[in-house]
Amino acid sequence: MSLVAKIRWAVIVGFLSFLELICRAGWVDGISLSPPTQIFLTALSILGTAEFYRDAGLTFSTVAGSIFAAVIFGFLMGMGLHRFPLVRRFLDPFLASYYSIPTFVFYPFFIVLFGLNRFPLMAIGFIFAVVAMAINTLSGLQRVPRVLMRSARVMRLSRWQTIRLVIMPSAAPYLFTGLKLSIVYSFIGVIAGEFILSGAGLGFQIAFSYNAFETSKMYGLMAILLTVVGSINLYIYAIERRIYSRRGGR
Amino acid sequence: MSVHASTSPQTDDALPAWAFGLFLVSLALAWLGASALVGPQVLPGPIETFDRLWVMLSTERFEQHAWETFRAFIVALMIAVLLGIVLGVTLGAHRLSGDVAEPMLVALYSIPKVTLYPIILLLFGLGLSAKVAFGVIHGIIPICIFTMAAVRAVPRRYVRAAQAMRLSPREMFWKIYLPACIPEVFSGLRVGFSLTLLGTIIGEMFASQRGIGHLLHQAMENNNLLDITAMVLLLVTLAASVGFALLTIDRRLAARAPSA
Amino acid sequence: MSNHVVFEGVTKRFSGRDGRPDIHALGPVSFTLQQGEFFSVVGPSGCGKSTLLDVMAGLSAPSEGVATFEGHPLKGTVPDGVGVVFQEDSSFPWLNVTENVSFHLRQMGLDEIEIRTRVEHAIAFMGLSAFSKAYPAELSGGMRQRVCIARTLVTRPRLILLDEPFGALDQQTRLLMGDELLRLWRETGATILLITHALDEASMLSDRIGVMSVRPGRFIDLVETGWPRNRTSEIVSDRRFGEITGRIWQHLRAESMSAMGTQAA
Repeated sequence: MSLVAKIRWAVIVGFLSFLELICRAGWVDGISLSPPTQIFLTALSILGTAEFYRDAGLTFSTVAGSIFAAVIFGFLMGMGLHRFPLVRRFLDPFLASYYSIPTFVFYPFFIVLFGLNRFPLMAIGFIFAVVAMAINTLSGLQRVPRVLMRSARVMRLSRWQTIRLVIMPSAAPYLFTGLKLSIVYSFIGVIAGEFILSGAGLGFQIAFSYNAFETSKMYGLMAILLTVVGSINLYIYAIERRIYSRRGGR
Repeated sequence: MSVHASTSPQTDDALPAWAFGLFLVSLALAWLGASALVGPQVLPGPIETFDRLWVMLSTERFEQHAWETFRAFIVALMIAVLLGIVLGVTLGAHRLSGDVAEPMLVALYSIPKVTLYPIILLLFGLGLSAKVAFGVIHGIIPICIFTMAAVRAVPRRYVRAAQAMRLSPREMFWKIYLPACIPEVFSGLRVGFSLTLLGTIIGEMFASQRGIGHLLHQAMENNNLLDITAMVLLLVTLAASVGFALLTIDRRLAARAPSA
Repeated sequence: MSNHVVFEGVTKRFSGRDGRPDIHALGPVSFTLQQGEFFSVVGPSGCGKSTLLDVMAGLSAPSEGVATFEGHPLKGTVPDGVGVVFQEDSSFPWLNVTENVSFHLRQMGLDEIEIRTRVEHAIAFMGLSAFSKAYPAELSGGMRQRVCIARTLVTRPRLILLDEPFGALDQQTRLLMGDELLRLWRETGATILLITHALDEASMLSDRIGVMSVRPGRFIDLVETGWPRNRTSEIVSDRRFGEITGRIWQHLRAESMSAMGTQAA
């Protein structure tokens, strides 16, 4: 393990130990913060309940739907923005301010549109993630080196061949980044939505535990959630490194 | 890295003002059409919305709420910018710390910050400090990440030129590092601005009885679509205007910056 | 030897965008490339050399005049039998060397055995055999250019256009690459048009050299070297090398100075 990784582990372990200490020593009351070891045990016991899997299933299926829709629509949007520069120039200031808007305010609109089911939440995750995918798709398409496009013309490739064999592989790292962000933002959108608005799912359970002063359970759920999301991110990061390490810089 | 790719290079020129105005008009028309299509109970049209917004803006109560939000946002922004830049510069300048911190920062950026809200509430209670904290945790990370990347990306040859000119560390900071970093740092500030505003408003939604976020939450509970639309319009206009101003500055900075 | 490429009064203008005036980039240019000839174009920066290459490759249609390749007019589509090596590295970063070199052949639909034979030969010819599985990011600039040349070689083009292919390389590597280019030329029997800003490179490698004026580029001199076909870079020690280079420089010096003058304004 490299020095950097060792230091990182040391920082994390040190931080957790510090938390453990201040909790056990009574410097922080038990309602506000539970010791990490207790959180860990609570998390394990939560993982044994059927209720957890029901909520997790709801949350993750909604997130999956959001990711799927955001990637497809975001990709098409990105292509559209690339193709029509006028639209892009117009949308620039809106895109720049897009993430200022708390997107869950649109929740009531979505309820009216879709009804009282999981789709409004999926829609929230979707509108949070789709812009990130679109912007990154656009980036990737804009950054295809001109010399590669000229080479494609010299090789007399058809339009479709150029897209499939030159543009897409060249833009792939950016598309992958868009995918990563879509996953992250879908999680954020859906879970934030559940937290603030809905009556089911992991986000809601966290809010419910908080309101019921079941802080141990709340932290346990948060720990599980963070572990899952963190693992997914790490996995994607590892895939990315394996695929693109030999390509060098973009 | 994932965060950077979210701001694309500004390769376009800004639209001339008249063309922009034309697009706005067509957007308003599209909105009118959509509202007529699905019915004003589902989507209030532009005219009712402007009307309602006008009424809201003229009430003193609303002004108080808006002022409350503005206060919290400014404080949060200042803290996020200051801390973010200082942290970013430190991590960028010191190689080892930067390497250790980078994946941790990216991880923090990726987790749904909602999951941290209960902790913030437990730490800060309800009220202004919680709102500010929300705003800060949303905005500080991208500012820090961008700044760190900017400092690290300062070409070695600038540093060597400075050393050849025998500049002191302070002079190096003000005359070499700072000007070289400004464009990228500014991009981080743009993202930080948006996210801090978002965080502040979300914070108001459930850590406060005052502020636009609180009003939004109320409107959502009461299914008051008209109020929601009016406030969203206000937020979008404000955020887009400031965002556009920042974007223009960003473009100017990017144009002046030498390509690597 | 027959006429391979014929330019008659070829001119290229680019329309200005956002209200700026049109740019008269090239011409009128009239000259003929003989089949199997090695022809270099030298000229000051921005004079239109690359535009000339674009028209000849079929990447850009002439605004006025007629350009023909093997008797067929060039109108902005790339004809069969033309290979181009660009100034920038055009290797595909997501493919390794072998995949890069075989890329075009696959699109042309040749069978596997033929592809493998040609690719192995080209890779060996360009001295890349030890790196056949490497990715461009793992190679130096000079080697990447060799990959691009190999990729052009395998399609057996009858006309090879090179736009300052060795611009980013150091002098010694340039001279060696020049020798490789001559080897390639002799082996393939193709017609070669080389654009370069290095006068010595043009003098040592070419059968003829076209000296271009400042923009809009026109040929102000066509110099014949008369070198033997089996020449190498060692031709620099020939006395006529100095005379030829001197003649080119005489023209170019005046043109370059006037180009610098207008740029400084």
